[in-house]
Amino acid sequence: MSQAQQKEYEQLRVSGLHAFYGESHILHGIDLVVNRGELVTLLGRNGAGRSTTLKSIMNMVGRRTGSIMINGEETMSCAPHHIARLGVGYCPEHRGIFSALSVQENLTLPPVVRSGGMSLEEIYTMFPNLHERRFSQGTKLSGGEQQMLALARILRTGANMLLLDEITEGLAPVIVEKLGHVLTKLKEKGLTIVLVEQNFHFAAPLADRHYVVEHGQIVEEISANELSAKQSVLDSYLGV
Amino acid sequence: MSMIFGVPLAVLSGQLLIGVINGAFYALLSLGLAVIFGLLKIINFAHGAMYMLGAMVTVIMFDVMGVNYWVALFMAPLLVGVVGVLIEYFLLRRIAGQDHIYSLLLTFGIALLMQGVLTNIYGVSGLRYSMPDLFKGGINLGFMFLPYYRAWVIGIALVVCFGTWFMIEKTKLGAYLRAGTEDAQLMQGFGINVPLLVSLTYGFGVALAAFAGVLAAPIYSVTPVMGSHILITVFAVVVIGGMGSIGGAIITGILMGVVEGLTKTFYPPASSAVIFLVMVVVLMFRPAGLFGKEA
Repeated sequence: MSQAQQKEYEQLRVSGLHAFYGESHILHGIDLVVNRGELVTLLGRNGAGRSTTLKSIMNMVGRRTGSIMINGEETMSCAPHHIARLGVGYCPEHRGIFSALSVQENLTLPPVVRSGGMSLEEIYTMFPNLHERRFSQGTKLSGGEQQMLALARILRTGANMLLLDEITEGLAPVIVEKLGHVLTKLKEKGLTIVLVEQNFHFAAPLADRHYVVEHGQIVEEISANELSAKQSVLDSYLGV
Repeated sequence: MSMIFGVPLAVLSGQLLIGVINGAFYALLSLGLAVIFGLLKIINFAHGAMYMLGAMVTVIMFDVMGVNYWVALFMAPLLVGVVGVLIEYFLLRRIAGQDHIYSLLLTFGIALLMQGVLTNIYGVSGLRYSMPDLFKGGINLGFMFLPYYRAWVIGIALVVCFGTWFMIEKTKLGAYLRAGTEDAQLMQGFGINVPLLVSLTYGFGVALAAFAGVLAAPIYSVTPVMGSHILITVFAVVVIGGMGSIGGAIITGILMGVVEGLTKTFYPPASSAVIFLVMVVVLMFRPAGLFGKEA
């Protein structure tokens, strides 16, 4: 019942979003909506503007126009640290593990932005490797462990909307599988997730909806149950 | 009298003491530069002027209001720190992310402005500041005479350096600073108020310089140009230690003071050049500095 109510709650609405890096015009009017508790992917080729969309939501690009509403609040004039405090957890493509910090320092660096985040114990139960290596330098971890750390770091803060950029990139299949389990668990907890993903086979069984991004615009919206019907359209966009 | 390499022990230890004292100042100043460079990525050419301001404020506060040394030790860094926060907020912030040359010119301009205004008022002949009574005199260690004030300078400088190192390397606030040095934008994306952190860091860095200025007031000649003299040497120390390394800045500062002192004893003509010679050699073999990370 509360599940049904939550589905109606619009946690993120992006409309007419343009973004620029210096002279280059990257996003050409992105429109998308993500409801609370949904897992939505942004699919598309490299350079289509998917990562830039996430960065724009965080106000981490040069210049933006349009509108980004988070929990019904306009955020275009908000500094990045205010956006995080609306309950947004961002996991960048480069993972952003700090080499000057230990694993545990990395984990506890982001301030708690909302109540209801996972405790350190819960995180260490979910990622036992991180506990074993908690005193190691952050960047001494393997790629998979670093990715776990980058993800775990924003779970502790209580953020209820996660923006995840290419979290499976370059990782071994067994790690990708583990990440899949983690995302399923987070979804069960009711977290809203926006996933930029190259690996369609990873994203397909997890997602409620898919947006296809091309040349800085949303060109297709496909819900999970339309997936098989629209497979050929999708393939042509993704070039697979 | 005992001799070491043809030099009387008393002379050698006297020069070593002066070397360690100078080294303590180098350490405090290069530490502040390293802290500022780490987070703001700017080379603070106003650092010498902030050191000078710390010393001048100490003298002026005493002359005008009778503020004693101990109060000045807290007040002067606090005042200069506030000046630093204002400079960061109103000036440096506007050119953040631009080419290094802009911040270099801006901070250099600030330094010249402060020097110029104070020279106009107080001249360059030097202000008198008398030693606090507590520190008058010294102790005979047998092989040398150790003035109390010099011992105090070395002791308190080490305490402040270690305290700063501990704060940066071992605390949560320090973790923010270290992480901000690597990726300030991501830190802000996590909800940390990075602009505030940047202002406070600049304020703290120049407050360290002002603290060194207060320590210098009773033993060095306090003039509006005292900062520009020491700054060039301190820059060489920072280059030798490695830009942005906190521990490196401290160790190299003291080490270079000692090297200078030793040179004064054994080959005086080279004493003012020796640090720059060390810098050249270090740059040839370790371009990132003794404690810097290779890029």
